[in-house]
Amino acid sequence: MTALLIRDLRLAMRAGGGFGLGLAFYLILAVLVPLGVGPEGDTLALIAPGILWVGALLSCLLSLDRLFALDYEDGSLDLLATAPIPLEGVVTMKALAHWITTGLPLTLVAPVLGVLLNLPAAGFGWLVASLLLGTPALSVIGTFGAALTLGLRRGGLLLSLLVLPLYVPTLVFGAQAVVRGAAGLGTATPLLLLAGITAGAAALLPFASAAAIRINLR
Amino acid sequence: MASIWRYANPRKFMETSGWLLPGVSILAALCIATGVIWGFFFTGEDYRQGSTVKIVFLHVPAALMAINAWLMMLVASLIWLIRRHHVSALAAKAAAPVGVTMTLIALITGAVWGQPMWGTWWAWDPRLTSFLILFLFYLGYIALWQAIEDPDTAADLTSVLCLVGSVFALLSRYAVNFWNQGLHQGASLSVVDEGAPMDIAYRLPLYFAMAGFALLFIALLLAGTRTEIRARRMQALLTRERMG
Amino acid sequence: MTDAPAALTVDSLACARGGIPLLEGVSFALNAGEALVLRGPNGCGKTTLLRTLAGLQPPLAGRISAPPESIAYAAHADGLKPTLTATETLQFWARLHGQGGVTPALERMNLAVLAQRQGQHLSAGQKRRLGLARLLVTGRPIWVLDEPTVSLDSASVALFAGVVREHLARGGLAVIATHVDLGLPEARSLEIARFRATTRAAADDFLEAFL
Repeated sequence: MTALLIRDLRLAMRAGGGFGLGLAFYLILAVLVPLGVGPEGDTLALIAPGILWVGALLSCLLSLDRLFALDYEDGSLDLLATAPIPLEGVVTMKALAHWITTGLPLTLVAPVLGVLLNLPAAGFGWLVASLLLGTPALSVIGTFGAALTLGLRRGGLLLSLLVLPLYVPTLVFGAQAVVRGAAGLGTATPLLLLAGITAGAAALLPFASAAAIRINLR
Repeated sequence: MASIWRYANPRKFMETSGWLLPGVSILAALCIATGVIWGFFFTGEDYRQGSTVKIVFLHVPAALMAINAWLMMLVASLIWLIRRHHVSALAAKAAAPVGVTMTLIALITGAVWGQPMWGTWWAWDPRLTSFLILFLFYLGYIALWQAIEDPDTAADLTSVLCLVGSVFALLSRYAVNFWNQGLHQGASLSVVDEGAPMDIAYRLPLYFAMAGFALLFIALLLAGTRTEIRARRMQALLTRERMG
Repeated sequence: MTDAPAALTVDSLACARGGIPLLEGVSFALNAGEALVLRGPNGCGKTTLLRTLAGLQPPLAGRISAPPESIAYAAHADGLKPTLTATETLQFWARLHGQGGVTPALERMNLAVLAQRQGQHLSAGQKRRLGLARLLVTGRPIWVLDEPTVSLDSASVALFAGVVREHLARGGLAVIATHVDLGLPEARSLEIARFRATTRAAADDFLEAFL
């Protein structure tokens, strides 16, 4: 299974766009929002947690449609499906690779963008913590969406329509953790719920994703 | 063998539903007419809300059916995944447009009711937000059905989506509650023990309207499923023709 | 190679593509060291049959008996990545199948000089040879091959026939769908067209529900 992870990471790095595109998108979003909203520091501080979380969510979405599409087109997915590792393992590794190339870098640059958006000082730690806990769920849920829309033309658009509603609980708890943290309130509840969603999604959704891939391959 | 699964046979379903459909439709029309007319014209006005309260006779039944339609889709999806009865998958497919319409009616009547009450057409109240999210789930489900050509693949994938979506819809409900405590009054029938009891004069027509919407849902579901079965039959006949 | 001698038995198999039955009553048995060549016109269901054998789609009816995880499948598409070198590609598949070195496979398929070349710089024939070298590193006894010689020149076809022959000699099996002569005179041949699902019987199972 690690062989698959290494291969996917290597492919992402050699393709060039793997790490960069999502991050660049995140940056552009963080620049555009103040341009649209106005330079008022207090307003920005108020909306910063939400913008940073919604931005992370959209950046995650950006690379999802390629998650299985390339392997599906060149026949690798057929070969992976007949390999000795279970398809559930394949999708978990794919989700992990997606998180390492998308969610993790997003988490790391988020504080920088927090500065741009005038996030209150107390919020930075919670921003990183909530993204670290929440972005794996985004990758796992996104993998499920990618598995459902595998092999569809115009799959990318449909993928967004299917995945974004599934992102609602993660977004709410993640952003709330930052909002409360920035206001100096207790963050244990949203963080625990966020971790619960991530753990639950990582444990159960691979079965649904693998089932969807099997259905799509036959 | 008198088993419920008999109706999973399309032919048997067509027979029975063809016989049931007119009755259910007429009953639905009668119940809705009774509930709405009684509710609109023969009940007193609320001392705080005035006559605007009467939209409850459309709002509550629609909201009820919006959720029940999704539950029915969930059950039908499970039946399809476990027992692979085609009627079940097609019934789930037929329920979605009805469910999404009910959700839309609930949202619109809610907005119309909210405008005079809360002074705004839309508030990010947890109940309203949940329904908006439910609406998005319906859209995704319907879009997935339409995107996939092979009917069995579409049935499989939408069923998986319905299962996963149900879990996340429930999670979203709690998330949204956590996110905002809201302006919305409690569920209209359960306010009984929370001070302002709903008067029996309101309750009876409301029950009629609710039964009417439930029957309407069943009628539309039967009609929709019959259409889907006919479409599949056409496809099957064309396939047979091509195979010679 | 595996310990126990493998065997593949297919018993009155029926398979469908896109819900339409294509083949029915396909039966054959292969023992260790035997190869079967599937023949038939385009669209008669060769690929569908092979995908069913590989376990990628469920059969409509009938049984496939083979030892678990014994089938290596090679399709039209080679599953190569433009940015991975030949060695990296094979190493990946070898590790996935819990196998060791990839150098013998590269050498056997005449790819040693291309070992460090990326997929995007390989010619069509070279890609094909790399795709077939993958079979060697899976360590699986039953090869299920779909048009393996497409875009190979005659020398490579002969090379490939030699590889298949060695595989059979080690107790392996092969089911190969092809139009061209592989140079495997010992292989049995099966005309797929005669299993075409023409009768109502096969169709009715599927259509019955809606007619």
